[in-house]
Amino acid sequence: MSGLRESLTLPAPERGERGLEGRWTRLALRVVEAGPILILLLLAAAMTALSPFFLTGRNLTNLGFQTSIVAVLALGQLLVILTRGIDLSVGAVVALSGVLGGIVAGAPIADGAGGGLAVIAAMGLAGLAVGAANGLILVKGRVMNPFIVTLGTLSIVRGLALVISDAETVTGLPAAVGTLGTGKLGPVPVPAVLVVALAALAWVLLARTQWGRWIYAVGGNPEGARRMGIPVDRVLMSVYVLCGLAAGIAGLLVAGRTNAGSPNAGQLLELDAITAVIIGGASFFGGRGSVANVVAGALIIGVIRNGLNLLDVTPFWQLVAIGSLVIVSLELDVLRGHLERRLKVGRAEASS
Amino acid sequence: MTALLEVRGATKSYGAVRALDGASLEVAPAEVVALLGDNGAGKSTLIKAIAGVHRLDGGEIAVDGRPVVLRSPTEARRLGIETLHQDLSLFDNLSARANFHIGREPCRPRWLGRLGLLDERAMTREWTAHLERTRTRMDDPDGEVGVLSGGQRQAVAVLRAVAFASRLVILDEPTAALGLREAGKVLDLVRSLPEQGVAVLLISHNLEHVAQVADRAVVLRQGRVVGQAAPTPDNHERLVSMIVGAHGSMAATVDEGGQ
Repeated sequence: MSGLRESLTLPAPERGERGLEGRWTRLALRVVEAGPILILLLLAAAMTALSPFFLTGRNLTNLGFQTSIVAVLALGQLLVILTRGIDLSVGAVVALSGVLGGIVAGAPIADGAGGGLAVIAAMGLAGLAVGAANGLILVKGRVMNPFIVTLGTLSIVRGLALVISDAETVTGLPAAVGTLGTGKLGPVPVPAVLVVALAALAWVLLARTQWGRWIYAVGGNPEGARRMGIPVDRVLMSVYVLCGLAAGIAGLLVAGRTNAGSPNAGQLLELDAITAVIIGGASFFGGRGSVANVVAGALIIGVIRNGLNLLDVTPFWQLVAIGSLVIVSLELDVLRGHLERRLKVGRAEASS
Repeated sequence: MTALLEVRGATKSYGAVRALDGASLEVAPAEVVALLGDNGAGKSTLIKAIAGVHRLDGGEIAVDGRPVVLRSPTEARRLGIETLHQDLSLFDNLSARANFHIGREPCRPRWLGRLGLLDERAMTREWTAHLERTRTRMDDPDGEVGVLSGGQRQAVAVLRAVAFASRLVILDEPTAALGLREAGKVLDLVRSLPEQGVAVLLISHNLEHVAQVADRAVVLRQGRVVGQAAPTPDNHERLVSMIVGAHGSMAATVDEGGQ
């Protein structure tokens, strides 16, 4: 390598930016990236100031119960949205998982010691199966439009839930399901513990494993991912399977909370999940989003609903508030893009 | 000596468009070959076939004299072939370091396979070693690639292609987005590759750059190799006329002379 001195030098951003302005742009970018957690803290502070009940143990326990279902769904949805996808079928999966749990609970297989486990496994498997179907249709069917694919499966799965339950609510779920939905460990709701565990798993997957990095890569540049030898189809498949599994688990929580499997359960829950992911700062265009922010997104929805209830505001205003936050979140995403472009221009000028 | 890479009678059509029409090409070990041709001559299609991105309709590719079927970029990589694509194939949402390792991140423990945890220490080691080897300085390797300037992005992509190649690097317009100085440095880097036993297949529109680094220039037109010559300043005009297809008879003469 003779004659090769400093073959390439890529200047540091600090030198690339024009002094103070660049530093401000960086700071603004940081704030935007921490947006969901800041919004959550602000909301919580406002609710605490407005209602003496908000920060009580009982209310926080309630909040935990209310938020956990959306949070579980949002974690699954995040994986899919990171790959530029979307899964509209998760609300229907909640219903299918519920009625299937009820049916299995009434079958001979659920008699005896392992009965509760069999029911829980069946409910999880229902989600897994729908996720696998979504992924297969998308990848093998070469229909590269997850919106339409999962719109289709939403209808199919909801229909199946109604067919196998004769459109009736199924009762008689085992105690274990009830515990998952309504149990408490001290003051902490069991579903909240479940959310923490699932969030930790999702975080390890996304931030620490090769597969997780590939999920981001597929969302950032699908064609480039193929060229760099990433098994894009398998990555896509895996996120839909995991999202389906998350929906199955959410179905467990819903059934446990209502102590029944209803074919009409979970309607519009898919929109709550997507809303949580978007409020949680993930980009709809894929490749950007974090577990912590998405959990914050789910909590934001929970705090708005819970807080406005405490303040005796009609539920209709909750819809307006949550919708407004979605718009604000999108604008924050636009703002982030704008700030990044400004950094880029600063750098190009400095390096030329 | 057997050729490192041999392409024989490559054909490829996209619908009614015949992108490759029986193109043949050889690259010797540690040789720098420039692939020239006008837009649409079939250069990118040819290198995509060698990189394992597209499969040929007909013809064959041999590495070290053995015919190979490259079904995916991974298979090409396994043979020691790395590619810098014209679109750079960078991930704007990931850091320069993450881009560098993408698709072959070292993991531990090994038995977990792709679900293994990223081995940050091994990655840092590989990354620093490579920067030292190529005498590159990068001050913000953990910043997202999306906010880098065009030249910096290109540099990251070039580094990645060069770093992992053991036999052949394919570079599609490696100097396109670069300023004069950076282009000179990338050319230095290209020139240093044969010393490490790595051959280069270089696509460039810049004949000056080609003259500086390539041992041999092969000209592609309408999906066929129409001639080749040493890219010396003396041959400049002949190469240009081969590229644009003027003086067809002259191109044919050079072709015969070159074989």
